[in-house]
This record gives sequence, structure tokens and C-alpha cells, in this order.
Amino acid sequence: MLLLVEQILNGLQFGLLLFLLAAGLTLVFGIMDLVNLAHGSLYMMGAYFAATFVAWTGSFVLGAVLALGATLVLGMVLEFTTLRHLYGRDHLDHVLATFGLILFFNEAVRLIWGPAGLALPLPPWLTVPVQIFPGIYYPAYRLAIIVVALLVALLLYLGVMRTRIGMLIRAGASNREMIGALGINIKLLYTLVFGLGAALAGLAGLMQAPILTVQIGMGENILILAFVVIVIGGIGSIRGAFLAAIFVGLIDTLGRAFLPNLLRQVLDSASASTAAPALSSMLIYLLMAMVLVVRPEGLFPANRR
Amino acid sequence: MKSAFWLAGAAALALASPAFAGDTIKIGFVSTFSGPTAVIGNDMRNSFELALDHLGRKMGGKPVEVIYEDDQQKPDIGKQKTEKLVQSDKVDFIAGYIWSNVLLASLKTAVDSQTFLISANAGPSQLAGELCSPYVFSTSWQNDQTPAAMGLYMNQKGVKSVFLIGPNYAAGKDMLAGVKSTFKGEVVGEEYTVWPSQLDFSAELTKARNSKAESIFVFYPGAAGVQFLNQYAQSGLKQQMPLYTAFTVDELSLPLQKDNAIGVPGAQEWVNDLPGEQNKRFVEDYRKKYPGLRPTYYGAQAYDAAQLIDSAVVAVKGDTSKKDAMKAEMEKANFKSLRGAFKYGNNHIPIQNFYLQDVVKDASGELSLKTVATIVKDDQDRFHDKCPMK
Amino acid sequence: MKSALQVRSVVSALLVAGLLLLPLYSSLTGNIFVLTMFTRIVILALAAASLNLIMGYGGMMSFGHAAYLGIGGYAVGMLAQEGIGSGFIQFPVALAASAIFALVIGALSLRTRGVYFIMITLAFAQMAYYVASGLARYGGDDGLTIYKRSDFAGLINLSNRVQFYYLCLACLLLVLFLIWRIVNSRFGMVVQGLRSNEQRMRAIGFPGTRYRLVCFVIAGTMCGLSGALLANNTDFVSPAVMYWTRSGDLMVMVILGGMGTLFGPVLGAVVYLLLEELLSQITEYWAIIMGPLLLLIVLFGRGGIMGVLGRFSRG
Repeated sequence: MLLLVEQILNGLQFGLLLFLLAAGLTLVFGIMDLVNLAHGSLYMMGAYFAATFVAWTGSFVLGAVLALGATLVLGMVLEFTTLRHLYGRDHLDHVLATFGLILFFNEAVRLIWGPAGLALPLPPWLTVPVQIFPGIYYPAYRLAIIVVALLVALLLYLGVMRTRIGMLIRAGASNREMIGALGINIKLLYTLVFGLGAALAGLAGLMQAPILTVQIGMGENILILAFVVIVIGGIGSIRGAFLAAIFVGLIDTLGRAFLPNLLRQVLDSASASTAAPALSSMLIYLLMAMVLVVRPEGLFPANRR
Repeated sequence: MKSAFWLAGAAALALASPAFAGDTIKIGFVSTFSGPTAVIGNDMRNSFELALDHLGRKMGGKPVEVIYEDDQQKPDIGKQKTEKLVQSDKVDFIAGYIWSNVLLASLKTAVDSQTFLISANAGPSQLAGELCSPYVFSTSWQNDQTPAAMGLYMNQKGVKSVFLIGPNYAAGKDMLAGVKSTFKGEVVGEEYTVWPSQLDFSAELTKARNSKAESIFVFYPGAAGVQFLNQYAQSGLKQQMPLYTAFTVDELSLPLQKDNAIGVPGAQEWVNDLPGEQNKRFVEDYRKKYPGLRPTYYGAQAYDAAQLIDSAVVAVKGDTSKKDAMKAEMEKANFKSLRGAFKYGNNHIPIQNFYLQDVVKDASGELSLKTVATIVKDDQDRFHDKCPMK
Repeated sequence: MKSALQVRSVVSALLVAGLLLLPLYSSLTGNIFVLTMFTRIVILALAAASLNLIMGYGGMMSFGHAAYLGIGGYAVGMLAQEGIGSGFIQFPVALAASAIFALVIGALSLRTRGVYFIMITLAFAQMAYYVASGLARYGGDDGLTIYKRSDFAGLINLSNRVQFYYLCLACLLLVLFLIWRIVNSRFGMVVQGLRSNEQRMRAIGFPGTRYRLVCFVIAGTMCGLSGALLANNTDFVSPAVMYWTRSGDLMVMVILGGMGTLFGPVLGAVVYLLLEELLSQITEYWAIIMGPLLLLIVLFGRGGIMGVLGRFSRG
């Protein structure tokens, strides 16, 4: 029972992190119709910026805020110089071009920061385990991730649902031509949305950094999961991304936690310990395939054209 | 048409460099030089280069040419690079190999072409057993040996029960099997994680905590070791369940692990403070040549690989076509190994000591590794009986 | 337009002639490695050509094509491991297994369109990847070494480099010929029609999904052949050949060479793999050149190399 509670929290924390990454991805995808594989690179850049700024300022919070700003700016510059020219092109062109960007970012990071990776140490007040229920301890930092990500999700929800910019974003996601026809400065809106997505990815990266290390290529595996999330949730839908992210996070973590024991009841111990990690990684893709077979446009499709 | 010319030019360039053997000693070096584990490959290259400096960049009177190839930590790429070294560069020796799976994929190419392969790190159990070959030598260990030494140390400490965690690839399985082979207490649980992509160990740590085992044993080389120690510290387990490791704390990971690594014991066949003139010279010159870096056991093994090759080339006076003579010489392990003298078993795996290492703050306040005790002397791997060579 | 076709034909003819004469060059210069390298290039060109059939002609953007490389390879590797070394069993099993896999995932995936199709094919390929990783008996994550290449009862010796190279080249040319026949057949016209206007084709009375599915299965089977050859070439098969980045590599080859042209993918495979080899020899930081190069090709080189060749001769 205690095990289950802890594992659910672990799954929730991972899911919320995935949501931060997926939110930017789904906005860019839904509004600009751009498949951005380099989103994972922005996640990586957020972590590298944070490690650099935290070491520089000596304050975790200040460094994190600076890193967020830096990723925002980087995202806008990237959109302005390169990705803008890809709008309206074939999805395959996006895949190829942004794949090239991944290669570029990875090597650029290696040139600037070296191949070894960086450490992003936590301030002492975040390293202690917290007793959440009698007898159940949970790392304070992981709790902090859950709280921050939930707050960001709430802000994002309010921002998209209650503000004028949010209205434009929603309009853009469901009908791109319309907001252009309304005389909105679409180029500026696109740059802003991309910057916002980049900042969210950067936030996910810098929050994950103290748990994992800051290293080259850290965004690539999680990027594919983020894609899975937005496809399950329905492209362009923030709500869909949120629910799908939590779902994927829970399935991944719980699968890893409980599958090995289940398998050991059918297989011998050696085969089970090889098969279990593979099977639990497979669960997510199985889930996506099932969702798409039943609902070819995801659970909460935003475009109803 | 431009593209066609350009293509032809590119092809011609790629196909150039036919091999003229004879006047130089050619050594291929396959390791990981890109991606997150490139630090390991770089350290091996640094140490190999230092060894060549110490040898005057000559072996048996002939100049040495080394061709470094990046395996990208992928078995199929490593295999491809090995093929290139054997067929295109026609090297006399191939050294390197960090990863067991990369080595296993590349082994057949080297053995079939009768090119000497010196593993400077990877030591899968197959290599010591049924796949042993006259053309393959190791300057490291068989994977099981180090964790087996750790298991012995845990017995000495009176540890009653342990929870094992490791990555799901050849070396990971060997490592956990190694602890189990010597540890006399109870193995309460055993978890494998996806390698190299899984870096969040929260589920495994939670299970370890719930298993009520007295201690945890892990094997996570490179960056994964940093992440594991981070998460282990954050989970608050450090006070409840002491950690025992193999290949998880080294000079490369230490600057990132920082205080998390203090008090985490590991077993190793080489530690930077081992006595011996050769070793002192290696450590001093390494720190001089590569300021800001510290040598690691990976590097020490690569350095020994260069010395082993040198001993063979010197014995045949540079005539690398005398393969039998070179093999016979290498079997004597007739060089000043950084770890102190060792012998080769029938399977060309060293029979050697293993030491207990700990993390301490040195005089300048920096964290460094220190030899605490000798856990086991002249240890031979458990698989040498399965090797058909006698 | 006519001269454009001519330049492309000349380049294609030169390409085929070069590939045919390569073993001669290799034996004259004593450079064996060039043959090993080009055997791999030819095999991957075959895979790229099969992807081009569904992607370039059929408009089906599969992001999971590398799965068949693994399935074909594992068919050979697993049979060899169990002591069945005959190529007359291994190759048919490899092709059949790929065809069945393509049939199942095609039937499910073709319900979706666009990006969703890209993602569902990716999902199935990742599942195949993880299944292979979980096969403890066949090496799991570490892969499987194949100690004896497929045995064709003295008919052809796969361990002979030149014979094996020509076998691979013959397979490539055969597959290109088949693709050419398919594309110009009534069936091929329907598939291409479905790409440009599905509703109209359905309205005329063609069962679109069924045509697409057949095309998808043919491409999968061809790629399975490539996988069986690749396993023989490397004497090794591991889950890594199915990883999503490998599917990405195949896509890059097709787009680089020119989607929807017969020889484009072959040219793309040759250029991409040579470039990778060359750049990685010049600098360890080769990706910092390769990355922007891909970007530039997308931005300024529409239609890949074949497209550029076409425009070059027109302008």
C-alpha cells in the first residue's frame, strides 16, 4: 500500500514534467502546424542555462529564473531566424530540418560546455525527505516539482481560457486562416507562442536537471514520450496534453514498478528480469496505438475542421 | 552534373588512404568519443597518448600510428569501425572497448582476421569463457570480479541482506551475478533498468526501501552513476540503507557526484594512490599534461594496453607478422603494470588484486579516491574453466 | 523538361555503373573496406527504396520503417541460433515475417492520417524494438552475433565479399525494377491517385485503404529482405537497428535523394552514408556540419538531389 502511494506520486511527478514539455509542443504543432523535433533541445538548453546561471549567481531560484528567460529568448530567436521559414511546408521537411537542429544543438553544447555534462546541485532546503503520511517519506524536491508544475498548468489554463492572447491562441489552434483574416499580427503571435513553448520546455529541463544530470542528448528520449502524449491527447489540445501526460507518467512508472513481480509468476526469474523493463517501456506505445486505433485523432482533438 | 562530380570527389576521398604496412606499428583504438559517455573515451585516449609519450612514440624501434574510432556506444557502429580498422587501415592491434555489448559485437571481426584485440575495459563473461581467443587479451578484468570482491567485503562487514539494482545489458547482468557469487547474506530483491535510456530510478529506490533489505548494491557507470547517487541522496535512504557499488564512483563522476559520494565504498583493481614508480609517474604526468583532469581506472587500463602492445612488438623487434611470438610474449604480462604485477590466466584475463576504495577530501579540499584495504589477492575469474584454451 | 530527365538518367546510369564496377576498383587498389562499406550502403539503399514506395509514391509517411530491418535480421539471427543455417529457409521466413508484421500494423495504422499516421507507425516500431530487447534467449539489449552466414547450398557463398556484394546489388536492382513496374501499373496509378486526391478515387469506386494496405505490405516485405541482408553483412543483429532514429535515417536518405523518384533514394543513401563517414573522419564534431547541412537542404534544395538536378538542367 505504501509502495503504491509512493509510486503514484512518482508517476504523477513524471507525468507533470511530461506535460510541461508537451504543452509547448502541442501549441506549436496545433497553431503553426510545425513538427518540432528540436523541442527536446530546448529542454536541454534550459538545463544547461540553469546549471550555468545557478553556479554563477549562487542562488538556485535566481538561476532558474534567468535560465527561463534565456530559453524564452533562445526560442524566439530560433523561430525568427529559422523555423519561421518552415511554416506551410510539408511535415517531412519539418522532421528533416529540426532533426538537423538537434544534431547542431548537441554538438554546439559539446563545444561550449564540454562532453562531461554539468551538475545542478539543490539548495539544502530541497534535499531533505518530507514525511507526507505517517511512515511515508518523499523527496522534498519531487514534491516541489509537482507543486510548480501544477501551478504552471493552472496559469496556462487561465491564460489560455481567460485572456485575449489565450483566445487568439485557441482560435489559431482550431482555425489558422481565421485569425489571419481578423487582422491579427500573426507573425508576432507565432513568435510569442514559440517562445512560450520554449520556456515551458526549459522549465521542464531545469526542474529535471537536479534529479538527472545535465547532459548532451538528455532531451531526445523524453521528446518521443512528449510526442506520444500530444498524440494521445489530441494535437493542439492543452487539456488533452495534461490528461494524457499524467496517464503516460503513471503507466510508465507503475508498469516499471509492478511488472517485474507479475512476470516472475509466469516466467523464470532471469527471463523475467530481462523482459520486464522492455515490456514496461512498451506499454506506453501500446497505449498510444490502442488510442489511435479507436480514436484516430486522439482523445481530445482540438481541430474540428 | 555538379553533384555527380562532387559525389565522385567525395567517394575518391573516402576510398583513399590505402594501407602500406611494415614501416609503422598501426594501432586502432575503438572507444566512445561522442555522446554523454565521451568523457570515458577521452580519458582512455588521454592515457593511451601519455603511454605513447612515455614510450617515445616508438615501439620496437618503429614509429607508432594510432587511429581512434568512435563507437557512439552502439554495438553495430563499434562493429563497423572495427571492420574499417581491420580491412581498410590494416592495423596490427586494436585496443579500447568500454562496453561489453560493443565488444561482443566486434569480437568476431577481429578474431576472424587474426588481429590482436586488447580490451582495456569491457570484460563480459563470454570473453573469459567460451568465446576466449588466442588473439584477445584483457588489461582490465572479467565483469564479475569487481562486484565479487565487493560481495566479499560486504561479508567482512557482516551485511545480512542486500537489494541489487543494475542496468539491463551484458555488463549489468554480469555485475549482479558477480555479487551473488560471493555474498553470503540474503539477496532480497533484484531490479534491472532500461539501459542507457532510463535515468529516473525512483521506482527502484522505492522498492528497495520497501524490501527492508539492510543495504543496496548498484552498478551504474558514467553519468548514470551520478544520477543514481543524486536520487539516492534525495530519497533520504542514505541514513537507512548503506550503499555498496562497483564502477559507480570514479574520478570522472566524482566532480558531479560531489558530497553524495562521500562514504560510498567501491571495489577496484586500480586506485590512483597505489604504490609503484610507474603509477606515480603516470598520475603525475597525467595531471601535468591534462590540467584540471584526474586519471581514472579506465585510463590506467588503456595505459597498460599500450604497454602490453609495446612488450609484444619489442619481443619480435617490430616484425608484427610473427603472431605466435607476440602472443607468447603477451601471455607473460611482461611489463610494469600500473596496478602492480599480475599474471594472465589461460583465458588471457588478468589474475590480480582488488582493493577497497573510499572517497575522501584531499589536502587541497578536493574530493578524491583513496585505497583503504586489499579485499582479495590474486583473484581469478570464475569462467576460465569454460575457456577451451589451456 | 526533356533535358531535366536526361540529366537525371545520366546520373542514375552513372550511379548504377559505378556500383557495378566497384568490386573491380576494390580488387585493383586492394582496398577491401570500400567494398564492405558499399555493401552496407547498397543494403540500406534497398531499405530506402522500399520506404520511397510508400512515402514518395503512396504518400504514407511511415516513421517506423526500420522495424522491418530488425524483423528480417532477427529472422536470420534466431534461425541461425537454433541451428537452421539454410538461406532457403531463413530468407523466406524473413520476408514472410515482415509481410505479416506489415499487414497487421498497416491494417491498424491506415485508419489514421497525417501526423497521427507518423506517430502510430513509430509506436509499432518502438514496440518491436522493445520486444527484441526483451528476448533474453536471443541476447536481449545486447543483440545477437551470427556465427555463420546464410547457407545457399553452394549456389552462392555469402562469406565471399564480392559474391555477397553482387547479391545485394542484384537484390537492389530487382527491387528497383519491381517498384518501377508497380508505379507504372494500374495498381500503382491508383495508389498515387489516392495520394493526391483520396476522395475522388473513392468516389470513382476504388477501395482506398485496401490498395494502400497492399502497397504497405509490399514495401515492408522489401525492407525485410534488406534486413536479412544487413544481418548477414554485419554478422550481428541487435534491437538498435529498429530504434526510431534509424527510421529517421531512412527518411533522411529518401528525402535527401528525392522523394518519389526511382533512383533518388539510392543516391540519397550513397550521399548520406558517405558524408557521415567522411565528416566523421575529418572531425569528431561532424554533427555540427551535418545538422545545418540538412536544414539548408530542406530550405533551399526542394525535391532533394534529384530535384536540384532537374532544376539545374532546366535553368
